[in-house]
Amino acid sequence: MEGLLFNVNSGYIEGIVRGYRNSLLTGQNYSNLTQCETIDDVKLQLAPAYGDFLASLAPNPSTASLASKMTDKLVAEFRYLLAQATGSTAKFLRYLTYGYMIDNIALLITGTLHERDTRELLDRCHPLGWFETLPVLCVATNIEELYNSVLVETPLAPYFKDSLSHQDLDELNIEIIRNTLYKNYLEDFYNFVNTHPDFKGTPTQDVMGEILQFEADRRAINITLNSFGTELSKQERKKLYPEFGRLYPEGSLMLSRADDVEGVSLAVSAVGDYKAFFDAVGLSQGGSGGFGNMAGGSGADGKSLEDLFYQKEMDLSKVAFTRQFTPSVVYAWLKLKEQEIRNVTWIAECIAQNQKERIGNYISVF
Amino acid sequence: MGLLYPAGFVTLVVLVIGLYLLFRGDGEVFNVGYFLEAVSPYAWANIGIAMCIGLSVVGAAWGIFLTGSSIVGGGVRAPRIRTKNLISIIFCEVVAIYGVIMAIVFSSKLNLVSDEELFSGSSYYTGYALFWGGITVGMCNLICGISVGINGSGAALADAADPSLFVKILVIEIFSSVLGLFGLIVGLLVSGKANDFGA
Repeated sequence: MEGLLFNVNSGYIEGIVRGYRNSLLTGQNYSNLTQCETIDDVKLQLAPAYGDFLASLAPNPSTASLASKMTDKLVAEFRYLLAQATGSTAKFLRYLTYGYMIDNIALLITGTLHERDTRELLDRCHPLGWFETLPVLCVATNIEELYNSVLVETPLAPYFKDSLSHQDLDELNIEIIRNTLYKNYLEDFYNFVNTHPDFKGTPTQDVMGEILQFEADRRAINITLNSFGTELSKQERKKLYPEFGRLYPEGSLMLSRADDVEGVSLAVSAVGDYKAFFDAVGLSQGGSGGFGNMAGGSGADGKSLEDLFYQKEMDLSKVAFTRQFTPSVVYAWLKLKEQEIRNVTWIAECIAQNQKERIGNYISVF
Repeated sequence: MGLLYPAGFVTLVVLVIGLYLLFRGDGEVFNVGYFLEAVSPYAWANIGIAMCIGLSVVGAAWGIFLTGSSIVGGGVRAPRIRTKNLISIIFCEVVAIYGVIMAIVFSSKLNLVSDEELFSGSSYYTGYALFWGGITVGMCNLICGISVGINGSGAALADAADPSLFVKILVIEIFSSVLGLFGLIVGLLVSGKANDFGA
């Protein structure tokens, strides 16, 4: 029944996002990009899709500045959507920015801890996660101060309620805060798409439910894998797992008890998709595959676990476009666009460093 | 869920009043036959005509906003879709035209007649025929308009993504726009047997 009234408020936005999606780079574009000899060639190849945004770049720009210009375009487009959105769709779009806010907070606190220059740090923050009191974060020294002075007025305040403590901020604590915030954020978002009267029983619930469940599982798996060899206790680790997803509750419980990669692969074996990933990178046999994005791990096809997760995320995002009358296409487009920026950055980096043999390690969706 | 309590309350009130009247020996107050006879056939006929045109226009308008907002959005990145997809808007508009045609046909049966002629069998028949004919046409056109609108919205977005899909979706859209025609035909048949008032 969502078709009856969705277009009143959000038909325009959906049409625009689908237009954005149609201008994403295709497999053909990527194979052209991989043929480039210099970054300038890459710039030229990107001109039809990115137009004015790349025009101001100096000749032979660094990959970082190329990526930041591409991000600028993404941000400009998203802000336009946000400006056009009303009602529940606007709320949905604002939920998408919370993830970036959390990343920015973690970035700023970590940077401040290492006594980096504040302005430089603020430059590196993702523009979508910007909020007014963000620069004040630099003065915070413990969690309570952080909460009371800065975050209490942001939408993230409710996510802090369980993680308040008097501890000083140190490296491990920041990671814990970040992951707790993200867990609370994911749970809240999941709850929002499942219970909001505008979304309940619509394609939004179907699509976002699946995507968020995957996201939750991915975070749980990554937290577990990254926690090996750190001081994080199993008890604390368990608190960081989002309490939904395809692994929850049995898989999460097994994850929380895992001591090594083998334990993780055992925990996820109940879900076919994840089992296939672990098999593909050879982690389930106790091998030592890479976890990093585009790290060119030792697994099959040179793909790492992270790559496979990204691949799965892209597949889910692509499928989201088969449903109409839902704002979840915005989420899908955002993820696809981010992957596109990662891809171009990877290709440009390979060209800049003359590492042509690994240039094919990008994820092409269309 | 929000309407559950008011609906329950209304049911309770009706039940209490009904039982009160029934047990007090006034049960005949609920006389459906009397009600139907007492209401003027003019009222039935005019409500029918109003429903016919009103629901049709709602359907058409609904379809047009469903389609229109998608065309506007899709047209930002693919301006070529805007002219082609006007056909979806026309399909929606046709639904309102069905309603107008039927309202004209129905209203041609209205005549000023004396009281005696008004409450004759022939006039009752005309009144009911126009009422139900109008409801039939109106509801058919309402659903048809929504159906065409959703199809048209999909057609606009599909056309923006892949121009070769336009004709294929248009075929489906034609099928949904035919639904309104069915209502129109049935409306004509129902009102066709009814005489003009006073004839």
